[in-house]
Amino acid sequence: MLQIGPYTFQSRLLLGTGKFPNIDIQKEAVEASGAEILTFAVRRMNIFAPDQPNFLEKINITKYKLLPNTAGAKTAEEAVRIARLAKASGLCDMVKVEVIGCDQTLLPDPIETLKATEMLLEEGFIVLPYTSDDVVLAKRLQQLGCHAIMPGASPIGSGQGIMNPLNMQFIIEQATVPVIIDAGIGGPADVALAMELGADGVLLNTAVASAKDPVKMAKAMKLAVEAGRLGYEAGRIPKKKYATASSPSEGMSIV
Amino acid sequence: MRCIINGEMIDLPAHIRTVAQLLQHFRIHEKIAIVEVNANIIMKEKYEHTAIADGDRIEIVHFVGGG
Repeated sequence: MLQIGPYTFQSRLLLGTGKFPNIDIQKEAVEASGAEILTFAVRRMNIFAPDQPNFLEKINITKYKLLPNTAGAKTAEEAVRIARLAKASGLCDMVKVEVIGCDQTLLPDPIETLKATEMLLEEGFIVLPYTSDDVVLAKRLQQLGCHAIMPGASPIGSGQGIMNPLNMQFIIEQATVPVIIDAGIGGPADVALAMELGADGVLLNTAVASAKDPVKMAKAMKLAVEAGRLGYEAGRIPKKKYATASSPSEGMSIV
Repeated sequence: MRCIINGEMIDLPAHIRTVAQLLQHFRIHEKIAIVEVNANIIMKEKYEHTAIADGDRIEIVHFVGGG
């Protein structure tokens, strides 16, 4: 079970809702993923096209916890504004703080992220900051009282997987709140690795939404999360340099 | 009356006086939307009592797909 602030979840997979080919495939993929937390962005509505389909209106939102992000924000103040707008919908009190500091890499601005996290915690939000894979920053965010840490595996949408498993381990080992590995996941192997490292959850979007078959990939990710988590709980054997036989060396039948 | 809605200068019919009427005018009153008037978020319960005036900067946002 995954516990974030006051909320408990059975699924450890968090799914983004961007870039799906169409709403029907998206609905099926969300279902197949088993995700209970869905992320969204806040954007201007096209008031001249009121009949444009909106994914949120096509699903039973009571079945999910909405995790709006502050994507588009470049400063703490902008992130706080977006978070307040999201909360004013009356549909959510969690927020993924996402303050981008570099347009090319979309890597988070650590200073603005820290500031936004502090401001939003003061306002009573359940705060999940998207951060770089820096253990010191993770500690600082924890000290503020954030409800989870979401270190990026690699640049958003890059599909490169976990670039620095060692840093992830550092973050996980010292964590006092759930660690959800976010961004850059490419395939199920990346997810399984994240979970085997001891992450509490994984948040991904493009890896499913842009897969050839998003529904099948959603299911693969669900299974990878479960497999990785089971593997972590079961306790992996240490790596050794040389072989140790699996079959007994005694009682060999030799002609 | 002219207001700046989502960054665009828009002429509104004279009968529109409140946020509730504005949303109805654009047929988005039943949508999941959040409204800001001059940088103040307006809660749903206050739509009917929040007046809009000439030159107001209004933002109407909603949730879209994102990661």
